Amino acid sequence: MAFSNEQLERYSRHIILKEIGVKGQQKLLNAKVLIIGAGGLGAPAALYLAAAGIGTIGIVDADKVDLSNLQRQIIHATNDIGKLKAESAKESMQNINPDVNVITYHEFVNSKNILQIIKDYDFILDGTDNFPAKFLINDACVISKKPFSHAGIIRFQGQLMTIIPGESPCYRCVFKEMPPKDAIPTCRQAGVIGAMAGVIGCLQALEAIKFITGTGKLLTGSLLTFDALEMNFHKINLPKRNHNCAVCGDNPAITELTDYEQPACDL
Amino acid sequence: MFITVKGERKEIADNITVSELLKLENIEMPEYVTVSVNEEFVQHENFDNVKINDGDVVEFLYFMGGGK
Repeated sequence: MAFSNEQLERYSRHIILKEIGVKGQQKLLNAKVLIIGAGGLGAPAALYLAAAGIGTIGIVDADKVDLSNLQRQIIHATNDIGKLKAESAKESMQNINPDVNVITYHEFVNSKNILQIIKDYDFILDGTDNFPAKFLINDACVISKKPFSHAGIIRFQGQLMTIIPGESPCYRCVFKEMPPKDAIPTCRQAGVIGAMAGVIGCLQALEAIKFITGTGKLLTGSLLTFDALEMNFHKINLPKRNHNCAVCGDNPAITELTDYEQPACDL
Repeated sequence: MFITVKGERKEIADNITVSELLKLENIEMPEYVTVSVNEEFVQHENFDNVKINDGDVVEFLYFMGGGK
């Protein structure tokens, strides 16, 4: 497919990069990326991926935009309050770049729908806000052999890692089991600085773009942490993939998905 | 002895275990923290008996559940 003059101009700052060029931009335009959660992490990721010309972007969220979201979820505006987040996100993305085909899913992922939702995508971003979803996304992506970016944020802290199933360690290789409910605070309980979602969500978008264009070194086999109070990024090298991992190991115990519930906290 | 904790080199007492190091570093809720020593994970049940040695590189990995 040849670029139109408008596309050549729109993507000129990508095309001029030797790591991307015309071929890389073509790959981006042909790529399909799924963003699970149109919230803090998903908002900046969706905006930059749309601007980058990712051809198809799926966005999964059943929530509606709430006033308390707007401190960080920059894809939504004040007059979007009450709209479905997936639709509000779609409008913002298509305003930035009409080249992008946005597919909305007005649901939350669960064990019944996730394999079907992720199956057509090349790369998946976890922008969810709870452990049952994060473990479900990990397990579903490992079972479906879908590369994905895991991320989490809280207060002034954030972290992310990229997982290539079968090659690099998965989330469950690092964190075997879900913590009990309320043992680890959520952003609702503990707060989060809005720009943290921007930093980490943008890093997830970068990983998606690097994966699609085959550029640079992915954040596989390591967990990148960011502490905004200390202004410190720290990359933790992980052990190799755990051959005894319950989902990505050689004889996995988890071969089918179930809906995870966090055990009640006994603290 | 000297070890590297969270990327920073520091001096600590000889002959301490992972559990003792977690206390020294004021790590909250160590039961939910993944610990790696020299890029190998230490199982939680071994925190009390795995010793830290001179030159070890220790990392603490925390659950972060937020995102929306």
